[in-house]
Amino acid sequence: MTASKDHILSQLRKQSVPASELPDLQQAELTQQWITYPDLSEQFTELLASIKGLCLRVKNVEEVNQRLAELPVYQESKQICSLIPNCGQPNVNVNEITDPHDFNDVDFAILPGEFCVAENGATWISNDGGPTRTLYFLAQHIALIVPASEVVPHMHAAYERLTFENPSFGTFMAGPSKTADIEQSLVIGAHGARSLTVFLVDDAF
Amino acid sequence: MPSHPKLAEAFVKDKERAKWHDQSLWFVRSKRDKAVHQLPEWELLREQASKIKSYVISHLPDLLEQFEKNATAKGVHVHWARDAKEHNEIVHSILEKHQVKRVVKSKSMLTEECHLNPYLERHGIEIVDTDLGEWIVQLQDKPPSHIVMPAIHIKKEEIGELFHEKLGTEKGASDPQYLTESARQHLRRKFIEADAGITGVNFAIADTGGFVVCTNEGNADLGTSLNKLHIACMGIEKLIPRADDLGVFLRLLARSATGQPITTYSSHFHGPKPDGEMHIVLLDNGRSEISGSDEFRRSLNCIRCGACMNTCPVYRRSGGYSYSNTIPGPIGSILGPAHDTKKHSSLPFACSLCASCTDVCPVKIDLHHQLLTWRKEIRLKGLLPFSKRLSMKMMGWMMQAPRLYQFAGTCARWVVPYLPRFLLYNRFNAWGKQRELPDIPKQSFREWMKKNHDRK
Ligand code: SF4
Repeated sequence: MTASKDHILSQLRKQSVPASELPDLQQAELTQQWITYPDLSEQFTELLASIKGLCLRVKNVEEVNQRLAELPVYQESKQICSLIPNCGQPNVNVNEITDPHDFNDVDFAILPGEFCVAENGATWISNDGGPTRTLYFLAQHIALIVPASEVVPHMHAAYERLTFENPSFGTFMAGPSKTADIEQSLVIGAHGARSLTVFLVDDAF
Repeated sequence: MPSHPKLAEAFVKDKERAKWHDQSLWFVRSKRDKAVHQLPEWELLREQASKIKSYVISHLPDLLEQFEKNATAKGVHVHWARDAKEHNEIVHSILEKHQVKRVVKSKSMLTEECHLNPYLERHGIEIVDTDLGEWIVQLQDKPPSHIVMPAIHIKKEEIGELFHEKLGTEKGASDPQYLTESARQHLRRKFIEADAGITGVNFAIADTGGFVVCTNEGNADLGTSLNKLHIACMGIEKLIPRADDLGVFLRLLARSATGQPITTYSSHFHGPKPDGEMHIVLLDNGRSEISGSDEFRRSLNCIRCGACMNTCPVYRRSGGYSYSNTIPGPIGSILGPAHDTKKHSSLPFACSLCASCTDVCPVKIDLHHQLLTWRKEIRLKGLLPFSKRLSMKMMGWMMQAPRLYQFAGTCARWVVPYLPRFLLYNRFNAWGKQRELPDIPKQSFREWMKKNHDRK
């Protein structure tokens, strides 16, 4: 083991590779060039629609509940989980579940998202590693609840917000799961969520 | 190993299929162009990416040690493998220790490079590729023909037939929606039953000790969030110095690959779950040697987006299986000979030097220059096939003597139209396989100039 490590490292150190510099991504010459949008949440909504997701701008959690009730996939869902207080009509108690496999039959999960990225329609989610991490991928349909003020223009701004000091899991989710592996025909609902709705909520919740 | 023309023969013969393949890939290339044009800073991003990667290769040993230290601090077990054999042994020993019988794997060209599947199967472990395209080729007992779209060469009717045979889907069904849904149902069971998840790595971050895996299907995340054991396999060149660098690379990757603004899931793993175990296997397998080569070092910049294949006129018309290397296309034709020059000596010639690959590469690898350099090396090593050696000799000889060249041209214009086919289309004329010579013009350019010029 350590023999291989030493071997690889010494092999690499043996090579003479011309030194090269790491660019400073914070320098103004670069950051001034990054794309901007007049209205971030509008751009996000448009982008998400283009990758088959849905973004709804609402005032508060009550309005989330109203809009959820209108969604056919929500109406048809039998097992519902929610990690947002007073949001949705959950009938599966997440706190009772210790084995992620038990989420296998969840039809709809209402989950928190931290912020959205306007340039690509992605929402950053993070999870402390408990069984609920699986919900983001195993549930048939997903709604992410995000404060409306939390939309950043591009990925550089996204990483300014992220630190990875402690053990953690996080992902950018951009639309429902998809594949085009059969003759380049786009099919929604490969292994993960069959639909993704992002609620941008104005009031604190 | 048979040469590229030999391996391409069957594919090229089926003209209709070759055309369909060509168009499918061009469709992806066009989507890439559309996505790229939406970002005015595209070229700037490519430049930063290229600089960051050059920095990585020039500081690789230090960055690897930094990565190991930070990953270990987050509770990850880091392993080092010199070659494919050692890589497979490490993965197997981890699985054995946990008494794992069933593994789900998300797409990883590195495990293809190592032939991990057959190795684990020989040791009685079931391993299921969960990326739809990769699973399709696994069911066929074949390798991927493309690094991003492993089943791009297979028609939906053939997939329908395969699924009918293996999964019992309806006979004759070929609707992609229906077939994908059947795969979803079948693979969900595999996800639920598995004891461990294996993934590849798109980027590993030296200063945080974490790594990023990108998928559209969500298979990497299902496979790892359901299981306590996660093994991630990566080449040592996959490192980037800082988390901020991901801003550059994630903006480039999916746009270059499929024209999407970002993949559906870009998952950042920093350490195992509270009750889980996470392992990372760092593989060299010849990479350290490439880092010492001034000519080919930049090929280690590759982020495996596949754009150079989608745009390559040779790849599009000859298919992934015509390349003797696990990674096909322009980048594969550079990495292949670097690993085994003799075995892959025909690959750098499967190139028209049109430079389209260099134009699209998001990390600015000078692909066509490297391919040309390989041709020289292969000639110097005496690995050119006889027919190429012969024709190049004759060409070189003729080009040095203008009169001879003119005379040969005149002769050709007079004689070729009357030659019997067997003289023109024989084994020394590789170009003439499946191809007809164009009509021979009556005049040479020189004659045409003379005539038109004199008239004035
Ligand atoms: S060489 Fe460039 S274009 Fe080709 S796969 Fe690698 S990164 Fe993409």
